[in-house]
Amino acid sequence: MPSNPVDIYINQMIAQYGMSMSEARARASALYALDLDAPLIQQYFSYMSRMIRGDMGQSIRSPGVRVSWIILARLPWTLFTVGTGLILSCLIGVFLGTISAFRRDKWYEPIITGTSSIISAIPDFLIGIFLIIIFGIITWFGRSEPLIPIHSMRGTSTPGMSWDDGIFYLWDILVHGFLPITTYALAQIGMWVLLMKGSTTSTLNKDYVRLAEARGLKNSKIMSRYVSRNALLPIATEFAMRMGFILGGSLIIEQLFVYEGLGLELLNAVHNRDYPVMQGIFLVITSCIVFANLFAELLYGILDPRTRIRRSGSNDQN
Amino acid sequence: MTKTNQESKILTGKDYWLKKLKNAFRVITSDKIGLIGFFLLLIIIVISLLAPYVFPLDTRSDPTKIFQPPSEDHLLGTDHMGRDIWAQIANGGRNLLLLAVITAVISILIGIVLGTISPLIGGKFDEVLLFLADVWLTIPRFPLLVVLSGFFRLSSLVLALILAILSWAGLYRNIRSEVLSLKERDYLEAAEMLDLSMFHLIFKEITPNMMSFISLNFTLMMRHAIYAQVGLFFLGLLPMEVNWGVMLNIAWAQGAIYHPDATMFILAPAMAISLLILSLVWINRALENLFNPALRTDKSD
Repeated sequence: MPSNPVDIYINQMIAQYGMSMSEARARASALYALDLDAPLIQQYFSYMSRMIRGDMGQSIRSPGVRVSWIILARLPWTLFTVGTGLILSCLIGVFLGTISAFRRDKWYEPIITGTSSIISAIPDFLIGIFLIIIFGIITWFGRSEPLIPIHSMRGTSTPGMSWDDGIFYLWDILVHGFLPITTYALAQIGMWVLLMKGSTTSTLNKDYVRLAEARGLKNSKIMSRYVSRNALLPIATEFAMRMGFILGGSLIIEQLFVYEGLGLELLNAVHNRDYPVMQGIFLVITSCIVFANLFAELLYGILDPRTRIRRSGSNDQN
Repeated sequence: MTKTNQESKILTGKDYWLKKLKNAFRVITSDKIGLIGFFLLLIIIVISLLAPYVFPLDTRSDPTKIFQPPSEDHLLGTDHMGRDIWAQIANGGRNLLLLAVITAVISILIGIVLGTISPLIGGKFDEVLLFLADVWLTIPRFPLLVVLSGFFRLSSLVLALILAILSWAGLYRNIRSEVLSLKERDYLEAAEMLDLSMFHLIFKEITPNMMSFISLNFTLMMRHAIYAQVGLFFLGLLPMEVNWGVMLNIAWAQGAIYHPDATMFILAPAMAISLLILSLVWINRALENLFNPALRTDKSD
């Protein structure tokens, strides 16, 4: 790797404090808990074995601080904002998508679909910028101040507040998370609307729904037992997949709102060449995606009995 | 389908193509949104090409004209160094577009080669490649790009190459499944029996029959490329030049967003990027309608 921080540290020790090479190396290896004399492959395996035990090493920028502490401190904030945004957008999107699939002749259907396709096309961080400009900068209706006090809403919470403040702290967290959550929700809502509309529309054309209608079943029963159960299948899979990208998709937006989550920490680590922190965060993000994929596969098996593999050997159903 | 085939036998040569062209024209013009997207992209391309001659960049800073609101001299106002913003907008799309096209071309080429070779060879090779693609898809792309650009000074071309390589897996899987459905067709079996070369199979037999599919993926790749580029530029991780992402970055860093008169400095590039991506999305939709009649919303045919 270029600009290796250990090499930089060793060079610095030699240049500034007049240490010999071996002294500087000994000091670096003590500081970073590395055995610099071991072969590379051995260093790699010792790193891996520590990693498996959950020890991700120490931060280089601030020696002594464990990477896992940093990740644990940042993770809840990212989970909170991105997760809330994902759930909100999914609920609202499924609702709007179902409406626009059933009311294709109403005046508001093209508005919902059109807005969704426009919003889903705009990159999420631009949505964040637009939100800041619309609510935080421009003064509307001759008011002297913008709608939202954007300056005091940076970060995850007001400095100095903690759980001791009880309900006020909770409110403070909500206020600070409001804009990031809205951004995540808006950025994804269009996708949910279009997906739900597509899957509901295609389910409505299926033979078993026609047959249910022909049998004279009640509309509500057709909806709940025949349409929604099948239309929600792709939604469930997509939701499970998106859960994996909960941690990875937050870099620019956290930078935009100076929200101290995992993404901002990764950016700082990149700027400071803090390899262990970078590796740790990257590992967390990737394993999140892997587990979400696994979860999606399992979920699909539970929700859709048709995909289950039968043990009895009769393959006629597949 | 059968009806058009019969007609095409009756119509000869020129008439047949004229009819096809007319048909395509009718479908294109019937899709208003697609048409808007097409013209939007055309306008952006024309402005980007003409900008160096018509709207030259201000090379000198002018401290007396910092953060001016829009006026007759400066359509969109001025930036933190007193330079005209419209000139930057007009010039700022060229490199983004160029890079997006290069990325799309490279990634589509990789996708075609891997996606066709793998099912044609089949067996273990196919299985291993498919497994690798599945593993590759779990790598979070944007964070990886951020990490990479933190270490290497990425020039535009290298970035295009990296973007293309990073997105091979998705394209490979798409094209592979498309080829699998084409594989059983008679003309491919005939070509294989004639013992034609792999190159011939891929570029003369399969690719022309997937053109619609490829052009859809092309606009999709351009979208991804623009998103990734602008994101990296905005984070300030790529070398500075005049483009919309860098403008966003500078405007953000200069606090233009908190300066009421300078809102245009940050709003203009944001709008430009949104319009560019929207035009691509709309074109994509129009192409889908064109190639996949089952999806057409108007039930006229």
